[in-house]
Amino acid sequence: MTQSPTAPTEITPSDSLDCSGLLCPLPVYKTALALGKLEPGQVLELVTTDPGALEDIPAMARQRGDTVHAAEDRGTSQRFLIEKGTRT
Amino acid sequence: MTNVGHRPAADPATEEPRRRRLALVASKGTLDQAYPPLILASTAVSLGWEAGIFFTFYGLDILHQDRFRKLKVASLANPAGPIRLPNLLGAVPGATAAATKVMKKWMNDARMPEVSEFIDMSRQLGVRFFACSTTMGVMGIAESDLIEGCDIAGAAAFLDYAAEADVQLFV
Repeated sequence: MTQSPTAPTEITPSDSLDCSGLLCPLPVYKTALALGKLEPGQVLELVTTDPGALEDIPAMARQRGDTVHAAEDRGTSQRFLIEKGTRT
Repeated sequence: MTNVGHRPAADPATEEPRRRRLALVASKGTLDQAYPPLILASTAVSLGWEAGIFFTFYGLDILHQDRFRKLKVASLANPAGPIRLPNLLGAVPGATAAATKVMKKWMNDARMPEVSEFIDMSRQLGVRFFACSTTMGVMGIAESDLIEGCDIAGAAAFLDYAAEADVQLFV
């Protein structure tokens, strides 16, 4: 995962996805579909409740070549800002 | 003749790494054991990898169009299964149906897709399904018995595919 110096508050997501209540592999699968609709450089806001997502989403981004700008642990939920890379 | 193992080289012009590949063997035909290979393969393609599953022996039931919706959970010799019974009672008629029903309820309550949905999800993102030709011959399964879009292949073809993979797992 590449951390960008840009503060999360400065990023305007192009799309958002709520994966609350979904377990692995659904957040990753649905995030891949959602990122597939974006252009490189655009950002997806993702909310999950699967605690594994805190590891899974950055791992997914690493494999796909996307950039996670924010990975917030909010206790019972997690929020991510994912910038689509150029590889997928 | 096709070349199932063929894997495109990295493109030197873009300096992009070549796509990773996952090669799985699915050898078990129970409901609970159908999930792991489909979960791993659908995840792999979500990560931008290639993925292929070689369905062999009882695992071929996952591709059998009359059987993949009727997969069951064993109640016998399955001490961690959804109903905990001594093996003597696990053989009682109805015990397998009960274990299967409980597993389906667990999955449904957790909003996990059914096996048939995982098959669709996997294919939608390009997972390759290899049907073991020996299993078809041994168990009398015809190509027309299988769901659409399977490649019929033997061990050599799968190993050719797996030799070019980054991750190989036997489930």
